[in-house]
Amino acid sequence: MRTLFLGNEALAQGAIDAGLSGVYAYPGTPSTEITAYIQNSKLATELNIHSIWSVNEKTAMEAALGMSYAGKRAMTVMKHVGLNVAADVFMNMSISGVHGGLVVVVADDPSMHSSQNEQDSRFYGKFAMIPILEPSNQQEMYDLTRYAFDLSEELKLPVLIRTVTRLSHSRAFVNTKDRIAQNELNLPEDTKRFALIPSYARGLYQNLLDIQPKIEAIAENSPYNQLTIGKDKSLGIIACGLGYNYLMENFEDECPYSVLKVTHYPLPRKKVKELFKTCDKILVLEDGYPLVEDMIGDYFGDDTKVIGRLTGDVNRTGELNPNIVAKSLGIIENIPQEIPTIVENRPPQLCVGCGHGDVFEALKTLIPEIGDKQVFSDIGCYTLGVLPPHNIINTAIDMGASITMAKGAADAGVFPAVAIIGDSTFTHSGMTGLLDAVYEKSPITVIISDNSASAMTGAQDSAALGKLKDICLGIGVEPEHLKVIVPLNKNHENNVEILRNEFNYKGVSVIIAQRACVQLPKERKEIVKQLNTLS
Amino acid sequence: MKTNIIIAGVGGQGILTISTILDMAAFNNNLHIKQSEVHGMSQRGGAVQSHVRISDSEVFSDLIPMGKADMIISVEPMELLRYLPYLKEDGWLITDAEPFVNIPNYPELKELFEKIKSYPNHIIVNATEEAKKIGTSKAANVVMLGAASAFLPIKDDGLLKAITDLFNRKGERIVNINIQAYKKGQELAAAVIN
Repeated sequence: MRTLFLGNEALAQGAIDAGLSGVYAYPGTPSTEITAYIQNSKLATELNIHSIWSVNEKTAMEAALGMSYAGKRAMTVMKHVGLNVAADVFMNMSISGVHGGLVVVVADDPSMHSSQNEQDSRFYGKFAMIPILEPSNQQEMYDLTRYAFDLSEELKLPVLIRTVTRLSHSRAFVNTKDRIAQNELNLPEDTKRFALIPSYARGLYQNLLDIQPKIEAIAENSPYNQLTIGKDKSLGIIACGLGYNYLMENFEDECPYSVLKVTHYPLPRKKVKELFKTCDKILVLEDGYPLVEDMIGDYFGDDTKVIGRLTGDVNRTGELNPNIVAKSLGIIENIPQEIPTIVENRPPQLCVGCGHGDVFEALKTLIPEIGDKQVFSDIGCYTLGVLPPHNIINTAIDMGASITMAKGAADAGVFPAVAIIGDSTFTHSGMTGLLDAVYEKSPITVIISDNSASAMTGAQDSAALGKLKDICLGIGVEPEHLKVIVPLNKNHENNVEILRNEFNYKGVSVIIAQRACVQLPKERKEIVKQLNTLS
Repeated sequence: MKTNIIIAGVGGQGILTISTILDMAAFNNNLHIKQSEVHGMSQRGGAVQSHVRISDSEVFSDLIPMGKADMIISVEPMELLRYLPYLKEDGWLITDAEPFVNIPNYPELKELFEKIKSYPNHIIVNATEEAKKIGTSKAANVVMLGAASAFLPIKDDGLLKAITDLFNRKGERIVNINIQAYKKGQELAAAVIN
């Protein structure tokens, strides 16, 4: 069947058709639509495929491993920085291996359209010594996902699929195939390999090393790695993932150079060698960090045979595009117009009526009293507080860091140290940091700006809904220093007063500023209201 | 034959509706398509764009190369100019006259229109105003699609079928408003082109 799919949707449909039993994920651009598609799929619902959001990427990946342990096919999905959160289980499950097929999907964001860095997940795949698949188009998103589950079960290892923003968020027609039935529940014959005590783990690590030649041989012979020998031997090109598209875009008819299209890692050594032998120079096109270029380039830089991002022939940072690739090929293009100076920047901004804005306003009133460098923040819509007209927050590093950075600053003598964190970010990674602060009675004030959604990624359900007060009390926040406010202009004076009092307290205070995200549909706002009154 | 279209606007203005209509029409006409769009933070009142590439042969890049767009369709006049480096020499600029002002330093309208008019191939239509007259300002994007229709590789009946299919679930009234919006855009543009 031919269907129009967003890259992420093609991948999701590929997983459903591969006999998926569960997807585990935390929302994050550009990965969110994969899980959302499965949640909204009628077929997936009929098939009883698990698709409820997890609290964070680590819990997601561990749950996926649990489903795989039970013999079923599972997928875990995240954005690139989410893999940092899940890195513990990720690195260890390549040692334990998997039982039912387990596919890890990571969506990277080169050019940082919606992220705090542009780290390249292929490094993680290489680090864990597992196969990596890097689709270059929507059809491959579908086909490779199906293939990834088979490969995972053949090798008894997780398989990493790496996509990037431009592919995840681009549509094309995709041909789908018949669906495979889900695996039956079946526990592993030998559970020893899932118990990584040192004496077992040493042997299991050796197994992982021993299987490497097989993993390499599969990639070497993979139909997804194609070497095409061209007539012009002055240049050979290694085109990874989307790099291949941008290369072909520049040649209407036929590329005159030899091209190795890399879609399946580890890097197919023999094919690279053949390219090396037949061409004078090798250009590496990869959408991300210079992983392949670094592997095959000369360590001391005196061999000019390999060119790419490291040599400056391709931009060192940011995503590739057809024009960057054209330049690296020496193609001169006609770009007649520039952006006129009359065009102003139009950065994203808080929605009209957003509760975060009222929290910022209350804080702004108190800045002259507390100083302007003592507000730590986090990852979410409220990160916009770093920009005008708010200019209120100073930090945004990673999920949960507002609370722990405030604590560290307080330890250094900063008072008051204030943290602003969203409800979903708080349950993702803020709770443990709050316990650190409670344990030491650190003088910090934590404002949980609670809009009852993971708003920035599309207002997904937040696991924190209706539980924040209980969580904070359970962690040990003193009831008299746990306040709930409603961030509305009419409450401004009152809210400022509450904040001021808590800023002055030399222990842990938590203020829950509670008002539903304006993007939530009416029915969900009603549910939020009810749950918040009950708690 | 390949047609490269940039669709521009501000997050929340519904530019993806234009892309979706083009996608559906391309599907019905057995054409190849690649259509990239912006998700995430920029959707909150920031600048957004969609690259739509329609072709009778395989399309490789999801992004239109700079200097290769046949037209820029914008639902907002300043956003139109943001993507000028993508436009080819004789490409068309097609925009709604209605500004979306959500920044304090939005340029003077007079200068903005002077700038747009300094490019020979431009079409400025009062899409929002016309859409309101037809029934809802929400149909401004379909007015814009109509205004661009003379340069699209898909004929009227294909686009009208896609509009009907897309809005069908919203009822006959909305379908009719959007068909009228399309035709209005076409009529306004024809007056400028000729």
